[in-house]
Amino acid sequence: MKRKTAMSLDGSAGVTINGERRRVAARTSLAQLIAEIGLDPLRVAVECNLEIVPRSTFETRLVEDGDDYEIVHFVGGG
Amino acid sequence: MAKDQWSVAGRSFTSRLIIGTGKYKSFGENAAALAASGAEIVTVAVRRVNISDPKQPMLTDFIDPKKVTFLPNTAGCFTAEDAIRTLRLAREAGGWDLVKLEVLGEARTLYPNMRETLRATEVLAGEGFLPMVYCVDDPIAAKQLEEAGAVAIMPLGAPIGSGLGLQNRVTIRLIVEGASVPVLVDAGVGTASDAAVAMELGCDGVLMNTAIAEAKEPVTMAAAMKLSVEAGRLAYLAGRMAKRRYADPSSPLAGLI
Repeated sequence: MKRKTAMSLDGSAGVTINGERRRVAARTSLAQLIAEIGLDPLRVAVECNLEIVPRSTFETRLVEDGDDYEIVHFVGGG
Repeated sequence: MAKDQWSVAGRSFTSRLIIGTGKYKSFGENAAALAASGAEIVTVAVRRVNISDPKQPMLTDFIDPKKVTFLPNTAGCFTAEDAIRTLRLAREAGGWDLVKLEVLGEARTLYPNMRETLRATEVLAGEGFLPMVYCVDDPIAAKQLEEAGAVAIMPLGAPIGSGLGLQNRVTIRLIVEGASVPVLVDAGVGTASDAAVAMELGCDGVLMNTAIAEAKEPVTMAAAMKLSVEAGRLAYLAGRMAKRRYADPSSPLAGLI
């Protein structure tokens, strides 16, 4: 379910990434957010509000207030 | 002898050993064990990126997904929904549709929940995934999975991580006889002879993680597993002798002095 956060005065968005709350500047793209965290977009997959976000849309998709992101990658496993 | 390959969902492989990438002391040791095992497929898990320390070494720095087939798994998922969600993410992250589905029933035994497993198999197959499915060693469940769209049946030999070896050769053999997709023993192998037993029963392959990762010398054990899987396969192809209740001398009785 999409979490409703009060819109801030400066227009920044409050988002959740892997369970952690963060604030990001207004009109940040998902590609910018991934770069800001320090991740290689080619090695991760992103889910927003339980929907897969295709990698091809990272540049154009804008981060919105209340978005809940899961960013995953491959780790060792059996 | 002609090259002995096996195929799953139209993809051919020479090695019949699939290894996991969990529990190793380091990625380096994991990569060395992979080289020694000769495996062409590795299982990997999908987990959250650590966003406070994103520069930690990554599995893909050590094992190249362009050279080795990554088989994303759903380890740790206890419902069909969690497993499906995990594999959708895996497909987006790596682009792979060949996946390992496991839906667990409880933490104590890590036995599969077959009702959820079957449901997830149907959904995934409907979405174009090619699920290789971890399951109980039950020939009826195996047939149902195949009907639901499983591209490989992967019955447990014993509980995950137990190293107890194949507990029920009869049911594994029944699954092999009834299946029209590859059958791989997944879980329960403890040492090289266990892998050979699975292959002698006619399985197409063996998947293991802990037996190699928790050996005192994982790289040496990986080499042992390579040989045992090959030996078991050759013995299966050769066709073993019939068992007798009593002795039968190997030297002729005629001409005894």
